Amino acid sequence: MFITRKAEFSASHVCRVDSLSEQENFDLYGEESHASGHGHNYVLEVTLEGDPDPVTGMVMDLKELKDILEREVVQPMDHRFLNFEVPPFDKVVPTTGNVAREIWRRLESKLHGAQFKLAKIRLFEGPDLYVDVMKEAAA
Amino acid sequence: MTTVTRRYRFCASHRLHSELLSEAENQRIFGKCNNPYGHGHDYVLDVSVTGELNATTGLIVRLSDLDRLVQKEVLAGFAYRNLNQDVAEFTELVPTTENVAVVIADRLRQCWPDYFPYSSARISGISIQETERNSFEIVISDSVPLSVKLNESVIVNA
Repeated sequence: MFITRKAEFSASHVCRVDSLSEQENFDLYGEESHASGHGHNYVLEVTLEGDPDPVTGMVMDLKELKDILEREVVQPMDHRFLNFEVPPFDKVVPTTGNVAREIWRRLESKLHGAQFKLAKIRLFEGPDLYVDVMKEAAA
Repeated sequence: MTTVTRRYRFCASHRLHSELLSEAENQRIFGKCNNPYGHGHDYVLDVSVTGELNATTGLIVRLSDLDRLVQKEVLAGFAYRNLNQDVAEFTELVPTTENVAVVIADRLRQCWPDYFPYSSARISGISIQETERNSFEIVISDSVPLSVKLNESVIVNA
């Protein structure tokens, strides 16, 4: 069985590689490369795979899941400028793919129990762009 | 592997009608979608690309190239058009959203190498919503042959 929990955070970022020229950065990232940065309302969907506990009927306590998402993702990233305030984005370009991968890295070990594991995360940068990271991807 | 999905929108009109069926059969099978003057939808098209995130850029592909592909090969010919009259594949194929999905998937697959000569990423699926209440998804893999053969007679299983 799969269960999915949603969380939201808003953050600013800029996508550019310092060693590239202004034009090269624009060719790669388009408007996302403008030096002063801009923001998004990110929506994160976290999907666990597991079986309901025979006694509690729960795959995982959703309150606990909510607290982990809050502690590992929302609290550190919400209303922050990712490039300046959230490692590793001082060194890694915070594309939606890299932010999704970092969220996967932060969550994978925390969302691993006897009866469930992290199966997939989907990170929306806005309504028209999202990235999926799945189990085999981050192995 | 990571998958990035980009969402596009277009509006178009269509009429579900097959020349291979009688008027009565068309009416029975397609109902109000068979009304003679056609009707339209605001379609939502999701295009998914699967590959490795480049270590330097953090990108699977340049999104501007994906936008160019979808714009040129699909949106330019579909948006604000009558699918039956203006899109070559639907002179013979009934433009159900199933078939619209098949045609779009084929076009994107066929043109993919022209737009991404630099990348090992591949198009891994499309999903199209006809309205908020129905959507049609195709998983694309290299082992599955292209599905639409133009100029071949189309048989409708009524």
